[in-house]
Amino acid sequence: MLHWLPENISTYGHRIDGILQAIAWIVGVWFLLVEAVLFYFLIRYRRRPGVSATYQPGTKWRPLLWLLVPAILILGFDLGIDFMQGPVWTEIKQSLPQPDQTIRIKGRQFVWEFTHPGRDGRLDTADDILATNQLTVPINTKIQFELQSADVIHSLWIPNLRLKQDAVPGRTIPGWFEATKEGTFPVACAELCGSGHGVMKGEMRVLNAANYQKWLEEETKIGSR
Amino acid sequence: MRPITKNGLKRRQKLDHAKESFWRRYVFSVDHKMIGKQYLITGLLMTLVGGFLAFSFRHQLAWPGESVPLIGPIGPDQYNAFVTMHGTIMVFWVAMPILLSGFGNFLLPLMVGAPDMAFPRLNGMSYWVFFLSTVVLIASFFVPGGAASGGWTSYPPLSAEPGYTGVFWGGHLWILAVALEFTSMLMGGINFLTTTISMRAKGMSFFRLPIFVWMINIASLLFLFSVGPLIAGALMLLADRLLGTGFYLPASGGDPLLFQHLFWFFGHPEVYVLLLPSLGILAEIFPVFSRKPLFGYKAIIYSTIVAGILSFLVWAHHQFISGIDPRLAAPFSVTTILISVPFAIMLFAFIATLWRGSIQFSTGMLFALGMIAEFMVGGVTGIFNGSSAADIYLHDTYFVVAHFHFTLFPVTFLGAFAGIYYWFPKMVGRFLNETWGKVHFWVTTLSFNVVFLPMFVMGLAGHQRRIFDPTLFDYLQKHQYLHVIATIGMMVMFAGQIPFVINFVVSLFRGRRADRNPWSAATLEWVAPSPPGHGNFDTELRVVRGPYEYSLPGQQKDWLGQTE
Repeated sequence: MLHWLPENISTYGHRIDGILQAIAWIVGVWFLLVEAVLFYFLIRYRRRPGVSATYQPGTKWRPLLWLLVPAILILGFDLGIDFMQGPVWTEIKQSLPQPDQTIRIKGRQFVWEFTHPGRDGRLDTADDILATNQLTVPINTKIQFELQSADVIHSLWIPNLRLKQDAVPGRTIPGWFEATKEGTFPVACAELCGSGHGVMKGEMRVLNAANYQKWLEEETKIGSR
Repeated sequence: MRPITKNGLKRRQKLDHAKESFWRRYVFSVDHKMIGKQYLITGLLMTLVGGFLAFSFRHQLAWPGESVPLIGPIGPDQYNAFVTMHGTIMVFWVAMPILLSGFGNFLLPLMVGAPDMAFPRLNGMSYWVFFLSTVVLIASFFVPGGAASGGWTSYPPLSAEPGYTGVFWGGHLWILAVALEFTSMLMGGINFLTTTISMRAKGMSFFRLPIFVWMINIASLLFLFSVGPLIAGALMLLADRLLGTGFYLPASGGDPLLFQHLFWFFGHPEVYVLLLPSLGILAEIFPVFSRKPLFGYKAIIYSTIVAGILSFLVWAHHQFISGIDPRLAAPFSVTTILISVPFAIMLFAFIATLWRGSIQFSTGMLFALGMIAEFMVGGVTGIFNGSSAADIYLHDTYFVVAHFHFTLFPVTFLGAFAGIYYWFPKMVGRFLNETWGKVHFWVTTLSFNVVFLPMFVMGLAGHQRRIFDPTLFDYLQKHQYLHVIATIGMMVMFAGQIPFVINFVVSLFRGRRADRNPWSAATLEWVAPSPPGHGNFDTELRVVRGPYEYSLPGQQKDWLGQTE
């Protein structure tokens, strides 16, 4: 199943993939088992002349165990999934690590606006680098973002990072990621935001340290001109 | 409890159709059976509208920019409006009226042994309010600016500020239509509950009621308890649009997330308002065509009640990544995944009913079996979305689209078709053609998988929802062929409904005649004539046993009716 997913390039993405894979196994086995029983019954107990049905209302405890035992097993698997996936959620969305860099991302009908800290590494200073629909980040760096919206609800969607977070007007929603591979990756909007929802697309460039420095220098030069 | 007296029976029979004018009988009827049929027909006709919208935007998705037959090329605004209206129509104007109001109205009084609903005039009014809501909804396509385009969930601020979508009147009318529809369903719900509580035949105790009756009542309760918050939410939305208030607009001190909480507090119970009547249909059909009592009658009822209560505690699973406090994810993830337990019990009970049965594959039974087999796909894929960590990736992708179509399509259409083929003899006194029914079943069920299985793959590939031209995104292009497959599958599915429509119309007039109880079924509706007159029963009823007594040992025939 996982080969259908785009390549993972974040530090935590493989944990989401692992949950997807684990759930797929658990529900897949249950699904096939129950369907197999269903189809077996349909063939085995199809109407045949001379064979009549057995009276079994399932009101006593013994036959009811056929319902309750599987249900208790399912309850066990349910709790197992809960315990397995809870920490993954906590790592990604709840306990934000100390960031190496902070950026600001703002959704606006129908563009993404990325504010990068300039050479001083801080936001809201004169050397901030503003880019529309293009996010540039250094590789292997813990990036914290402040997600905002200028108008309606958007949803920041970077499939390769396994990152999705709604941007809600009136709020600043924090989040983080760390990219582990150089390259250019798609950025999209996952929440219906109006007629341009389908053209709200950007890209994320992940650069190695040297290239990132070079990009910073160039942008700063353009900025000061 | 008020059993039917002899006088009451006579009074009812005096109201028989022969003395009624055309208008009283077919249009402004107060007979629950006619009202049920009106809901059913209106719902089926609205399927054509909802289906055509789906055809239009699926055509656009498979072949972006190309002209859609009958309406020409559709742009992004039209695309959003079509997606919005497709969802709205299919949930509120197809699934609800067909399953809850259509089958509920026709069957509930017959099954409890009542001559009519407790409030027949309220019942008639409920349909006509529903009809009005349909007119308002259809009208919204033709006002300047077009129909609502903020999604069927209508999230503000997009839906609260007409400037964001360019839709002005369309949005107002959408809210008005939904409000009218809810009013109508509330009147119906009151009728279902009152009728079940106070109009049961002599001897019909609560635990002798058919499961369908239980399901309609629990669904009505869920609707009654959940709809209030949404109506409040919708009124605030209308106020934001019309009066310049700012309940959902941050610039005026409002909060967009408030609406999401109110909407989904209603939204999840609403799913069960659709699901339960359909499971009720299943519970009636399985025993008849396997000649066995329904396995675990009380276990099914208690599971349904537990699932109903849990459904009020899961709403924020739609909002994991919406910006709510991330600590809320854990409790809502747990309740969501837990809800699989009561449904597993119900599912196993249905399957256990088949065990050592004598299964006859009538068309009704095939649809019921198809529903359960397909619904399981929707059920297990819900676990992925219910897990908050997995949902980070899957939320708002085609995986979700595939998941909820695999729940709602079997529930709505396979469930409704099962009911139509099974109860058609009772409704009109004639059979539907079984051979064409089976063609209908196989084409519908197989092609349905061709439409929606590819969407799981697209979702896993990261395909976000509601974009009007996937070819604009490089990473989606290699999956474009899946859109083509899905769209072709849908065309086959639509073509597969032609035999049904012809079968339906021809059988209304020319179908093989059915007697009172053509399937040898045990529940009360089969004691009445086919079709029943205005007072329903021409004999006095005295219920002495449960609804599913099939293949009792030591009996000559393999079933015992509830009055025998």
